[in-house]
Amino acid sequence: MTAQTPSVPLAFQTGTGGILLWVVLPYVCLAVFVLGHVWRYRYDKFGWTTRSSQLYERRLLRIGSPLFHFGILVVLLGHIGGLVIPESWTDAAGISEDVYHVAAVVLGTIAGVATVGGLVILVFRRRTVGPVFSATTRNDKAMYVSLTLTIGLGLAATVAANIAGGGYDYRQTVSPWFRSIFLLQPDPDLMTGVPVLFQLHALSAMLLFAFWPFTRLVHMLTAPLGYLTRPYVVYRSRDTRLGARAPRRGWERTGV
Amino acid sequence: MRVMAQMAMVMNLDKCIGCHTCSVTCKQAWTNRTGVEYVWFNNVETRPGQGHPRRYEDQATWKGGWELNRRGRLALKAGGRFKKLIEIFSNPVLPTLDDYYEPWTYDYETLTNAPLQEHTPVARPKSLISGKDMKITWSANWDDDLGGSAATSERDVLLNQVSEKIRLEFEQTFMFYLPRICEHCLNPSCAASCPSGAIYKRSEDGIVLVDQDRCRGWRMCVTGCPYKKVYFNHRTGKAEKCTFCFPRVEVGLPTVCSETCVGRLRYIGLVLYDADRVLEAAATPDETGLYEAQRQVFLDPHDPRVAAHAEQAGIPWDWIEAARRSPVYALINTYKVALPLHPEYRTLPMVWYIPPLSPVVDAVRGTGRDAEDHGTLFAAVDALRIPVDYLAQLFTAGDPAPVDAVLRRLAAMRSYMRDINLGRAPDAAIPEAVGMGEEQMYDMYRLLALAKYDERYVIPPAHAEQAHELEESVTECSLDYEGGPGMGGSGPFGETSGGAAPIAVENYRALRDRQTSDAPAAPTDKATRVNLLNWDGKGKPPGLFPPAEDGAEDGYRDGAADGGRGGGRGGDKGGAS
Repeated sequence: MTAQTPSVPLAFQTGTGGILLWVVLPYVCLAVFVLGHVWRYRYDKFGWTTRSSQLYERRLLRIGSPLFHFGILVVLLGHIGGLVIPESWTDAAGISEDVYHVAAVVLGTIAGVATVGGLVILVFRRRTVGPVFSATTRNDKAMYVSLTLTIGLGLAATVAANIAGGGYDYRQTVSPWFRSIFLLQPDPDLMTGVPVLFQLHALSAMLLFAFWPFTRLVHMLTAPLGYLTRPYVVYRSRDTRLGARAPRRGWERTGV
Repeated sequence: MRVMAQMAMVMNLDKCIGCHTCSVTCKQAWTNRTGVEYVWFNNVETRPGQGHPRRYEDQATWKGGWELNRRGRLALKAGGRFKKLIEIFSNPVLPTLDDYYEPWTYDYETLTNAPLQEHTPVARPKSLISGKDMKITWSANWDDDLGGSAATSERDVLLNQVSEKIRLEFEQTFMFYLPRICEHCLNPSCAASCPSGAIYKRSEDGIVLVDQDRCRGWRMCVTGCPYKKVYFNHRTGKAEKCTFCFPRVEVGLPTVCSETCVGRLRYIGLVLYDADRVLEAAATPDETGLYEAQRQVFLDPHDPRVAAHAEQAGIPWDWIEAARRSPVYALINTYKVALPLHPEYRTLPMVWYIPPLSPVVDAVRGTGRDAEDHGTLFAAVDALRIPVDYLAQLFTAGDPAPVDAVLRRLAAMRSYMRDINLGRAPDAAIPEAVGMGEEQMYDMYRLLALAKYDERYVIPPAHAEQAHELEESVTECSLDYEGGPGMGGSGPFGETSGGAAPIAVENYRALRDRQTSDAPAAPTDKATRVNLLNWDGKGKPPGLFPPAEDGAEDGYRDGAADGGRGGGRGGDKGGAS
């Protein structure tokens, strides 16, 4: 990839716009995502919650919420499989592109339909059930728009590619670009020829991730997996901290 | 032996008059905020009745507490770890607001704003959830004093288990009050249900608390608690529960509910117990054996071996002393008159109850017999199976024998003390009939009937050398924390986001928010309203007077300036408000 053309400046190939979109934006979003979570955790532990509305309404949530959440978890696994695992690895494992593609489309369709179905039920519920709607902040509304847009564009890209042609092999372009970001050798070239719906999906996803730490979506990062291993009853001593704030520098207690 | 100390409570139901003072003062102290309008850390239920939330005792529906699985081991009734995580997106057995009640306020404004009309204007009930008009159909004590019990008593869970004829008879003969707070269990199923591990039991005094910074609102604790004493704050999305008023208890004061109890029926004290035997006791195969099993978990603080182990475990000496003087230990283990509430939930609850003798006394008096005579009372305890069986359903998983024994002791105390009060020779045979000595019987009388403040509440304060570790530090200025009390009430992420405020400040801030906000459901004319409660009389708050005729803006400014000048130096202060 970039290793083949190390001497050519990136701007020659993709232009400033390409670099802004596929190099600068990903790093900015990634930085906001990480630092935003750190900041939110330090500043707003009390606000770090699912803000469940189950107390207000149970019937629609009972269907919509598991449908959406399990769907989005499968979608997440699919994205890890498609973006993180290189095509060469699956080839080496004896999985041909056709097999991969069929599996991805079948699994993706099921998960996509579940996710979108769940999302529709949840948004409908949020809008029509009075108490739930009045507990919806502007932040929530922006988050729902961003999330729905990203999911919708992703689904549209897949559907369009599969109906128009025999599908689009994003593992030649999008996936290497995605990995190049994390390998600190960003290669915006790979994204220039990608169908526009895939580009839009990637852009909206990056913006969603930048928005993520400031929304209720933060609950995902504290998925309680520790529950599986911890003892049932937690014993804790009184806090060792002085009052409710951390001691000022130079005033820490000694010998505790 | 692993000795731990537990702050515990006993309530003497014979003395409860159902005045709800405990509930009201608790509400004022702890849950007088938005999001917890329906929450009662302390509530008083009329028995027979449904309780709050409705029919919470029906564990076939609500799946609270522990049960023994097929291998005879303890398991959460609502399912173990994997099941909890699978169901995390929608808890299938969470009570909805309908099972509690929809909180409301009244539209008092119409009383003063309504135009002149033929009929007196009324303040309509407005839902605190939706802000709309609502019809009130239930509340936390809707069936108080058996009100409407003809319509609702068939829903008393315990009464469902007896026949129709007994049920009707029961309603005519029997009623008592049951004040309830969090049980601060030795084996808390709410803590075990919490996926985040936010609910913890304090190792110093056994108080069960929710860490508000770690709670993520997964709602499993609400299901897990069989007493339904963990509540979900629907505004902050966090669980909240009774705190045993830890900021008070830490400095040696009784809880708010105890302090304000007009019947002086609550007792607070320490109990030492063996933490190693907790699970074994909770897993007792026979449900009716749980009362006795839990009593065996408690350690005798007078035993020097126990005291030695306690010291090894780091329990301060004055705490061991306090455990020796503990009224709770005395009522549970010395006099054996206190019983646990629903031991069959297997959580080993630590708020115990002295069952009421008054229904028996009332029944005897109704027949014209001598209701103070121990022979008559003993016979009545034996004959009045219905109240005894009902009390047994509440306190001993259905075994009438311990309830019988307690009622006989209370009856014996009653007739023994009558002889003394009337100046007759006390009859030693009466205490002996219930396995007690005369001295012991008098001591029990002193604790139950006289109930002196310092004998009811034996609360060793948390240690001075640990004072800085107190969660609510009393040695520093409580307003002295990052952000300070001047910060706004709401952060950028909705209701009360931002750093944690100490509880004292939170109350201050909540009070201020309440005084400065206009209505729970924001009214349309909020911007133009004036709250006179926070107007100090200086200057003119915008909206107090209608705009002046000649150019509203200029006129107002002039007026404000005049007001400032008129107030002299106070004008500076007035400007800040």
